[in-house]
Amino acid sequence: MEAILLLAHTEPDGSLAKPALEALAAAKGLGGELMVGLVGGATQAAADQIAGCGAVRFLAVTGPAFAEPRYSTDAAAAEALCRAAGAPLVIAPATSRWARALPGVAYRLGGRVDTHATNIAVAGGGPVVTRWFYRQRMEATLTRTGRPWVVLLEAGCGAAWSGAAGAAAVEAVAVEAPPTRTTVTGVQAPQADEQTIRPDAKLLFVAGAGWTKKQADGATHVAEAESLILGFLRAAKASLGGSKSLVDLSGEGEAVLRFMTHMNQIGQTGATPRHPKGLSACCHGEEPHVVGWRFVNQRRAINLDPNCGWARGKADVLYVADAFEVMRHVNRLLGAPVG
Amino acid sequence: MNTPFQIVVCGSIVPDPLQTLEPVTGPSGPSLKNEMMLPAVLDPWAGHALFEAAHLARNTPGSKVWLVSLGPKAKLQQVMMTVAQKVPFELVALDGPSSGFTDSFETAAALAGTIQGIAGLDASRLLLFGGWESASRGAGATLQMIGERLGITEQFLGVDRLRVRDDGTLEILERVEGGKHQVSVCAAPPAVLGWATGDLPEPRNNPQIGMANMRAIMPALQRAKAAPVSNAGLSYASVILPKQQRETRVIRNQPAEEIAREIVAWIGED
Repeated sequence: MEAILLLAHTEPDGSLAKPALEALAAAKGLGGELMVGLVGGATQAAADQIAGCGAVRFLAVTGPAFAEPRYSTDAAAAEALCRAAGAPLVIAPATSRWARALPGVAYRLGGRVDTHATNIAVAGGGPVVTRWFYRQRMEATLTRTGRPWVVLLEAGCGAAWSGAAGAAAVEAVAVEAPPTRTTVTGVQAPQADEQTIRPDAKLLFVAGAGWTKKQADGATHVAEAESLILGFLRAAKASLGGSKSLVDLSGEGEAVLRFMTHMNQIGQTGATPRHPKGLSACCHGEEPHVVGWRFVNQRRAINLDPNCGWARGKADVLYVADAFEVMRHVNRLLGAPVG
Repeated sequence: MNTPFQIVVCGSIVPDPLQTLEPVTGPSGPSLKNEMMLPAVLDPWAGHALFEAAHLARNTPGSKVWLVSLGPKAKLQQVMMTVAQKVPFELVALDGPSSGFTDSFETAAALAGTIQGIAGLDASRLLLFGGWESASRGAGATLQMIGERLGITEQFLGVDRLRVRDDGTLEILERVEGGKHQVSVCAAPPAVLGWATGDLPEPRNNPQIGMANMRAIMPALQRAKAAPVSNAGLSYASVILPKQQRETRVIRNQPAEEIAREIVAWIGED
């Protein structure tokens, strides 16, 4: 097996996040000589965090210019690390930061890149990458002869590396920060109690357009739907996904679930998040929408339609029931705040 | 007073998401069964990029929008009949594959060469737009490589908002982990922006825009150069559809409270 460079960037606190540790575990699993390349404002703590991983070299580009995620500086740092390591295979977590920068780095190195890989393994003495095509509707395994081959691994597809911390000997790779016209000014996040996207949540709650439709009494109950969903998310510490139809309603400015944005959308033109469990309510539709919970392990659905394509054959359990009524009871049992 | 932008949108076509897709493998690699027969649409994220480009151009007098598209000429023509009615743009077409199995590296090379060949394009005012990934390959890599080939190192991916500030600088919101946006300010073009969904609704069809666009689109399609993409060095060991079919336990006529108890217990399980 050829030599491997694991590329990782530090988090604001100087540590390595779980996706980086997952990529490290995947890289180690291939069995080739492992090197680690780190980028960040400070990198020693991150190197120490994985000192026991068995890497033969720890390389780092460090400095204030490389603290913020930004294409020009990240690409320059990653390029320098790849050149210093000279590894034919480069593995990195598919974070937003690396997804932005590494394809351009592959081009600079005269190499090739594959993103959104869900697995990398060895077959016939060389690496084989698995990834999905057509929005998670078909899965392919592929190989390349071009090197360096940069592979970005999706988060949540494998176990994270765990091992002893220690004192790593880090080789500094000198990089002059390139001129840039971009200044990172901050991060916009919803207020804590409005945060509906929680990538690390054990449960994904998928809301469908049915929440905004007329109910048995002939009226819509959008305010109650908002209250029930938000109450459940807070009590269960769940992440929220939405069907395209529901998200589009929100985008068109209609008086529907106010916290639902395109960022919540899952499915063919949305995200395909990875959570251990998923509960959907009032969702309808066939493929392609169902791909939204393709990577959710245990799935249950609440729907008034027993033949719903979202649930039949896709969920483990389908409760044929009124979601409003069920979720009122669920929230009461979970002690969710009312209103 | 804002200086006009020259906005090049890269975007191709994908099979209508409602179609059933089945992979087949031939001598040149994998493709979709009956690919040329499948109805196609403009890639959703490229569509968002195009609508955002048109919106920006409308609010910045003197700006212009090009749509550079690599795809089978006949399919491009079919899709343009619809897309042309949405917003004003000039099409630059390349006759080649739009398959999800084509390599982003070679696709980027073809598109970059075509962009460099656009007559009168002022690189200092260039904003290179596109979807942050496609609904076919989903590489999320093509735009960055085009940017590199054009020498543009101000790049943004997963963009949901672009605002031209009073001083002419660009404020850009990019999606990052955890449902958050990173906010950056780019002093000036050129820049690459890979759009997520943005925040604009799809424009309504406007037949007048459609007629004006189509006058230039048909000649552009006739001029489309062949752009074969060879996928050199890339080989697919397998392409399969997921077979997972779950045995769904359907529970009817169970009181809501009982269902709720079952759900809460299930949520609490490890």
